[in-house]
Amino acid sequence: MSLPVLGPLIAAAVMLFLRRLSAQRFVSFMTLGVSLVASATTFVNIWDDGVIRVVRMSGWPGSFAITLVADRLAATMVLVATIVVTIVLAYATGQRAPDERSSFYHPVYMVMTAGISQAFLAGDLFNLFVAFEILLMASYVLLTLEGTNEQVRAGTTYVVLNILESMVLLMAIGLVFAATGTVSMAELPARLAELPDGVRMGLQLLLLVAFGIKAAVFPLFFWLPDSYPTAPSSVSAVFAGLLTKVGVYCLIRTQTLLFPGELGNVVIVIGAATMLVGVLGAISHRDMKRILSFQIVSSIGYMLFGLGIGGSAAIAATIFYLIHHIPVKTSLFLVEGIVARDSGSSSPDVVSGMARRSPILAVLFLVPALSLAGLPPFSGFLAKFAIVRAGVVDAQWVGIVVALVVSLLTLVSMVKIWVGVFWGDVEPAAKVSTVGVLRHQRLMGVSTGMIVALSLAIAVAAGPLYEFATLAAEQLLDVAGYVNAVRSA
Amino acid sequence: MSLSLLILVGVLFSVGTYLLMERSLTRVALGVGVLGNAVNLLIVAAGSRPDEAPIIGRSGELTDPLPQALVLTAIVIGFALLSFVLALAWRNWSITENDEVEDDLEDRIVARRAEKNSKRGDVPHHEDVEQ
Repeated sequence: MSLPVLGPLIAAAVMLFLRRLSAQRFVSFMTLGVSLVASATTFVNIWDDGVIRVVRMSGWPGSFAITLVADRLAATMVLVATIVVTIVLAYATGQRAPDERSSFYHPVYMVMTAGISQAFLAGDLFNLFVAFEILLMASYVLLTLEGTNEQVRAGTTYVVLNILESMVLLMAIGLVFAATGTVSMAELPARLAELPDGVRMGLQLLLLVAFGIKAAVFPLFFWLPDSYPTAPSSVSAVFAGLLTKVGVYCLIRTQTLLFPGELGNVVIVIGAATMLVGVLGAISHRDMKRILSFQIVSSIGYMLFGLGIGGSAAIAATIFYLIHHIPVKTSLFLVEGIVARDSGSSSPDVVSGMARRSPILAVLFLVPALSLAGLPPFSGFLAKFAIVRAGVVDAQWVGIVVALVVSLLTLVSMVKIWVGVFWGDVEPAAKVSTVGVLRHQRLMGVSTGMIVALSLAIAVAAGPLYEFATLAAEQLLDVAGYVNAVRSA
Repeated sequence: MSLSLLILVGVLFSVGTYLLMERSLTRVALGVGVLGNAVNLLIVAAGSRPDEAPIIGRSGELTDPLPQALVLTAIVIGFALLSFVLALAWRNWSITENDEVEDDLEDRIVARRAEKNSKRGDVPHHEDVEQ
């Protein structure tokens, strides 16, 4: 279970001594292969019996050890993250972008992978903070690896904002420790419940702000659409698919394990505002990458809306949305990368008529695009339907109206990309005679296709997956079960 | 928690926040450092009572070693962050030959539009013209 964390870290250390790109690629894929097997095994075991797995690193007793805890949600997230990270690395290898050829790309990418897995598995708050720092540090480097003017400018905003987030998180953890005398997530629920209401709410708000910045929640979202578009496509695909989800995952933990059901209404209101602001940003832009970035913000809003409603049905819907959104958003960014590599840009001012040149690429874009907009029969429809149904049960009418309007506007923003980049006459004009965008970018095309297939698989297997999400949600809400599992381990 | 430490934490927080809002990247870097120290001090001050140093073999009232271990980790992380910000500031300096954080794309689009409007003879907001 600790392999998805330790493996990539060890690989990163080894790769610093291997300067040859081919050797680095080999080590990266081997490591990810091993992590993939390890996380799939954990996932299957937990799917079978639903018992929470606990690992104490190097066998230290109780509260001294670094504890890794895998319940249904954590195991699923680690598996999905490892799959996505592996496929995107294949894409980056095929892209042969200048940043992937830097001898730091692969080690740093591995460190980020380790950080993501550790954040999902962390069994205490401080360990979670360390995981955040590992993945953030790696993301700073990946974002600014080429060192261009635009990257440094956007990177500055991103770095400073995230450092601020780290400070707030560290402060929250320090105060939680001061108030309760522990940072272990298994001990905290009982001790937090004993605190006076005011103190408890203060701690919760601090944690929500810290994770909210990471998840790009309104009003702390502005760094995301500013910085993600400047990164190389493979990097922004991982950021879009996984990094904000780590924030959402931590928000789910906070709202179910540490402070069950508290401040739900606040989360609902913030969720609705996030949806609305994100989609308004998306329809007001022209550039493909910026539209896609703003759509991330609005999707985060849906997850918060479900999380705020609470209860097993709503949490299950949130989990389903969370899992479906990872491959969908990643594949959209990957398609953008293919367009940009072929034509030098993905702005509709420069590119159009992509569908005529490569119908396959158009399909690869259309499937996740319609899924994100929530059209049946794709996974996005099922995810949104589940969230709206949970809202109906809880009579959150305003939120539902917002969710439906936002869904429609998401479709509008997708149509904008479709009309601008994929329809119309072929441009740039020099490209008219060259057909087959994917012919020279096989590996990129195949890896994008794999992620799109993953999102289709989620739609096809929606029944069992939704059942699994319900089980995961029930496990999240069973705080006593979590506490006992960690204590008795 | 002693009052003097509490006041010091407050002062460090305000200084750090002020520096973080500056346009110049060097000051932002300093702000990161000061803010990091404020948080570390807060954890030590709030998390443990001042007693004997917790070293194996000592007896009597020992202070809780856990916050110190946490802060030690946080200091290392803070050091890494600070060096990255400094590297970023250096890169920014070597590209643009100034130390300021530039406006983001959005701001520049708005500024350009305001400029265009003012050429067309509209009456723009006076701040827009300055940009």
